[in-house]
Amino acid sequence: MAVTVSPERDVVATPVQRAFREALYAGAIALGLFVLFIGLRTDQNISNELILVRRWGLLALVVVLTAVGRFLYVAYAQPFAASLKVADVATGLLPESMATRFFRLPYFIAAIVIAFALLVLAGSLDGLLGPDLAGYARFLRALAIIYAVASVMFYFRSFIHAHFSALGVSALALYPVIVVLTLALYTGSVAGGFQGSLKWVDNFGIQILIYVMLAWGLNIVIGLAGLLDLGYVAFYAVGAYAYALLGTHFGLSFWILLPAAGCMAAFWGVMLGFPVLRLRGDYLAIVTLAFGEIIRLVLINWREVTNGSARISGIPKVSFFGLMSFNVSDPNYIAKVLNIATSSAYYKIFLYYLILGLCLLTAFVTIRLRRLPVGRAWEALREDEIACRSLGINTTTTKLTAFATGAMFGGFAGSFFAARQGFVSPESFVFLESAIVLAIVVLGGMGSLAGIAVAALVMIGGTEALRELDFLKRVFGPDFTPELYRMLLFGMAMVIVMLWKPRGFVGSREPTAFLKERKTVSGSFTKEGHG
Amino acid sequence: MQYFVQQLINGLTLGSIYGLIAIGYTMVYGIIGMINFAHGDIFMVGAFTALIVFLILGALFYSVPVVVALLIMMIVGMLLTSLYNWTIEKVAYRPLRGSFRLAPLITAIGMSIALSNFVQVTQGPRNKPIPPLVSQVYTIDGISVSLKQIIIVLVTAVLLAIFWYLVNRTALGRAQRACEQDRKMAALLGVDVDRTISITFIMGAALAAVAGTLFLMYYGVVVFSDGFVPGVKAFTAAVLGGIGSLPGAVLGGLLIGFIESMWSAYFSIDYKDVAAFSILAIVLIFLPSGILGRPEVEKV
Repeated sequence: MAVTVSPERDVVATPVQRAFREALYAGAIALGLFVLFIGLRTDQNISNELILVRRWGLLALVVVLTAVGRFLYVAYAQPFAASLKVADVATGLLPESMATRFFRLPYFIAAIVIAFALLVLAGSLDGLLGPDLAGYARFLRALAIIYAVASVMFYFRSFIHAHFSALGVSALALYPVIVVLTLALYTGSVAGGFQGSLKWVDNFGIQILIYVMLAWGLNIVIGLAGLLDLGYVAFYAVGAYAYALLGTHFGLSFWILLPAAGCMAAFWGVMLGFPVLRLRGDYLAIVTLAFGEIIRLVLINWREVTNGSARISGIPKVSFFGLMSFNVSDPNYIAKVLNIATSSAYYKIFLYYLILGLCLLTAFVTIRLRRLPVGRAWEALREDEIACRSLGINTTTTKLTAFATGAMFGGFAGSFFAARQGFVSPESFVFLESAIVLAIVVLGGMGSLAGIAVAALVMIGGTEALRELDFLKRVFGPDFTPELYRMLLFGMAMVIVMLWKPRGFVGSREPTAFLKERKTVSGSFTKEGHG
Repeated sequence: MQYFVQQLINGLTLGSIYGLIAIGYTMVYGIIGMINFAHGDIFMVGAFTALIVFLILGALFYSVPVVVALLIMMIVGMLLTSLYNWTIEKVAYRPLRGSFRLAPLITAIGMSIALSNFVQVTQGPRNKPIPPLVSQVYTIDGISVSLKQIIIVLVTAVLLAIFWYLVNRTALGRAQRACEQDRKMAALLGVDVDRTISITFIMGAALAAVAGTLFLMYYGVVVFSDGFVPGVKAFTAAVLGGIGSLPGAVLGGLLIGFIESMWSAYFSIDYKDVAAFSILAIVLIFLPSGILGRPEVEKV
């Protein structure tokens, strides 16, 4: 905490008085920040001129909310958080932690009952409560289910912690099965189960796993080798366009092009690596950023090859190792071969397992590489480049292998992305994507695979979940689109999570080399991103 | 030859705007060693503030002299944009000072995303065009110079002079330079480090707000995503000139402006940004700490 110049003022003031003062300041600042941006809105009138629309009511609401929020934070939340850290004089014990107070058996039972009751009533909710309240009821149901699942996880936390990777992998492997079975039971038919699973498997499962894979790939460059790469999306783009171009022009199969795309991306990783070998820290960051932008600009402007912003479409689907296809018109279409009902969900579920496999490959390679000389050299390079060089490690090849390996996984993810979308366009490879992946790596705690997966789940899953909050339209009027707020909340979440946990979700490291016994060290002992 | 001089003038105009933004990057980097990624969006907020002030002026008064209008736009823009940057520093960067190096970078990227989407949500995603403020064009010897360009270069020159005076001749500037060299020592000698850093952010934002106003006047249109590309180019300029060096930022800005206008004039307009970024990479290979940057001394 900063040392205040006049401490006596803070000592004399009670928390509530101080909170009033802080709330006034916060309100005044909010008024200054928002008076032009929320109080007024620029709009086009019929003759296409800009006019101002006044929204003083909204401005007043936002300012008052800011002040009240600040007041509550300073008057109650701060003393409460401080009191949690003070041990009781009589017993010498710390007060019950927030988590144990939050997850209690009665609450758990209540959540289960609410969730179950609302699930049973699901069909008749609209009739009983009307569309408005039914929206809230569904939201409440989702909250109750999340709370119940979280309580179970909290109760078994030590077990989960001990077997995290095994549990995580089996949960991911079973996820589509569980979704399909649940929805089949819910709708009462297998076809309904498959149809309903599309959203869950595609929007949540595949989307999150793509980011997990990208973040794990970038983790090799940033978390292990400590090279700050802001243009990782370039390799993703190389992989995607490699599959898109070679797949559409030469009709090559995904299974040939996947390694080819990886090799190409790795080649570009080396291409980028060479010029930046001598650069350190932020110079490295800006050159990698520039490289990412160059690739995107070339993709936009080299229209003869990449078709520019008009995108390449008609990218062939992945086949089931050549045995079965997912095109309805093909003779070996999966539904015909296996004699089951036609559904587009099979392809999505197959893609889910494909990206899961690719993710696990990335994780496996990362874990194994850390134990090989090259992985040790990466981590040594991250900790101290000069010491590394004086011990005879070739920093050139070490950096280049890090870039190439990271880029290769980016390329894999890219070709998967192209296959999943069916089209590629330069808009998918903007800097924002690099920033999101970097944010996931840092928020997860650099170098920790589990932490990164959790961060991807929270950040990507959270923003995807916002799409589901349609009932908010009823609260804020039909013009309200929760999707618009997605990236705004994403940006704010990045800031808040970073302030709350500056070392990421998993702040400790398991050393790869150790004497006699393996001790977990705090993440603050590892260096990062000095290039 | 005339064509070349014409491009030189265009480059000077662009470069002035980049230079003004680049100073914000380089000052913040010099003093706390972080890349303030949100600075490009601070520039955009400045441009938007100028736009809204312009519309207010249009609604309140029948006609305002252009000079007065521009001055009011700049001053209000400077005030509000400074408030934004000051708040961001206080909320998102200060608590992480002394934490590990990537933490403030991530909050800066988060703030950049949040700012541009905040403007998108509150002001709408469409382009915001305004009628041209100044349209006189002078032609001398076949070279046309618009009044807009003269205003941009003049305003930039005046601001840089004031800024140079602030940094080199005042107690505030001395405190800033002291913090840049050694923050702990400066604190021991009685410099209020927190206040100095806040003022650095305010100064950077004020320059960015002026750049935003000039940008709005020059192009006559602004959109919520306008922060990114000028921001990245200004950052490129700061690195090209040697990050942490104030004359370097201006020099880098001018260079990027020249490269851009020359490339679009003689080669292809599509690849002007590719050219700017490639030259950055090439310069850094031969001069790893930029043109005017001090080489980093590695201590063991």
